[in-house]
Amino acid sequence: MTRQQQIDRIYKPILFVFCLVPFLLTAAGAFGIAGQSLGVNPVEDILHSFGLWALRFLGLTLLVTPLRDVAGKPWLLSFRRMIGLYAFFYTLMHFMVWFALDREFNLAGVVEDVLKRPFITIGFAAFLMLIPLAVTSTNGMMRRLGRRWKKLHRLVYPIAILGVWHFYWLVKADVREPLMYAGIFALLLGWRVWKARQRRARAATA
Amino acid sequence: MLIKRPEYLGGVKPSDILSESVYENRRTFLKAAVAAGLIGTVLSTEAAESAQADLKYTKNKAFGADLKPNRYEEVTSYNNYYEFGTDKSDPAQNSGKFKPQPWKIKVSGEAEVTGDFSYEDIVKPHALEERIYRMRCVEAWSMVIPWVGFPLGDLLKRFKPTSKAKYVAFTTVNRPSEMPGLRYPVLEWPYVEGLRIDEAMNPLAIMAVGVFGKTLPNQNGAPIRLVTPWKYGFKGIKSIVEIRFTEKQPTTSWNRSAAREYGFYANVNPEVDHPRWSQAREQVIGNGLFAARQPTLMFNGYADQVASLYAGMDLRKNY
Repeated sequence: MTRQQQIDRIYKPILFVFCLVPFLLTAAGAFGIAGQSLGVNPVEDILHSFGLWALRFLGLTLLVTPLRDVAGKPWLLSFRRMIGLYAFFYTLMHFMVWFALDREFNLAGVVEDVLKRPFITIGFAAFLMLIPLAVTSTNGMMRRLGRRWKKLHRLVYPIAILGVWHFYWLVKADVREPLMYAGIFALLLGWRVWKARQRRARAATA
Repeated sequence: MLIKRPEYLGGVKPSDILSESVYENRRTFLKAAVAAGLIGTVLSTEAAESAQADLKYTKNKAFGADLKPNRYEEVTSYNNYYEFGTDKSDPAQNSGKFKPQPWKIKVSGEAEVTGDFSYEDIVKPHALEERIYRMRCVEAWSMVIPWVGFPLGDLLKRFKPTSKAKYVAFTTVNRPSEMPGLRYPVLEWPYVEGLRIDEAMNPLAIMAVGVFGKTLPNQNGAPIRLVTPWKYGFKGIKSIVEIRFTEKQPTTSWNRSAAREYGFYANVNPEVDHPRWSQAREQVIGNGLFAARQPTLMFNGYADQVASLYAGMDLRKNY
């Protein structure tokens, strides 16, 4: 098997299952399967769990490129799409739990929340912005969009900022955890700024 | 009218039942055992429950006889008590070192009788009663809790508040060595709460010393706490060490932290939203994942008893 075949046939399926574990554990807890259970406030539990996993997968997606460059392992990029799609999957689950279990399918209530409550406005905006990225994640779409694909997918940077901001604004008083995420995201985005500057400097001297 | 005064804790203090070191050791052992996975959750909660001393009290059927209390495990494992940490599970996990006895309360300010009082001084003259109250958290969830306590007004009257006593402020104990949450300035410590004096004198306001017929677990505010069921839960200040009568409205902790979000009154009101979420409906703890939220009631369903306190006030402004 070539390296690419190994990746496609072995490593990707393994990663797929791994990324699904938080979802499976939560689902098992929701239905009391396999000895799993949720806390005293299960709706809040699931909502926060999916939200946090969405942020974590977003962070992991942003980690792939720096890791590839630092480690010098170009094949790492093969996993980025799947991790990114999982970020979308957990965001979608986060939204669905909120819509179905918290807002109880009350569309008017959802619209009111999105318009009236800034932390929901920005969270919802991030969710909407993720949709085109998920839709254009296929090879066919990449080919069709060509150079515009890369431009479009830079949307992930504002999405990351909005996501952490959403978390920060949601918290009542203890902002340590959202600040930790903000710090990690700042590093991941800061690294890109630094890289871009280097590239520009090199282009200027060349 | 002479009502038979129940003897304090049936005449037995927690310290008489188990010497402090035995009590401590037992807790430490249980914690270690649970951590090692030797004992399941069911057993550990039972053990925690039995670690609390029985109280002698009468059931006051006038308050909540028709309500079905939440399970002991729900009431004692899902708590907001930031001095022990900001996760709901933190207070139960991090309060093992906290020593609720012996206990002293300082009474100060605009009253004739002031000074330091022991827990026994404070509690012993009162007949303990059980009242089942709804508890509505400002975070839009709710529980039903069987408190054991006595009317706050009866206690405050003993200190003979002067005509200048327009408000009463309460302070939570500040013991960083026993309360790990105090290491972080999440709020300005110590925690302070307060009531207008007429609110404090309302028969609905109680000082609770127990829950489910036993002394309060540390995570629920041992050894003595405030319960004001028509207000959001954060008004129910825990582990009180100071009662101060004041002429001016005291600065309260959440109000100081975010005045736009948490008012001094903090009356449960489905029509006045928290800036970041609706207060119209609540998640009822214990109803499960797929249960619908229930509509929140004005003054948490206690309008008959307390609405008159706020007659003529704009509750949108005085939230």
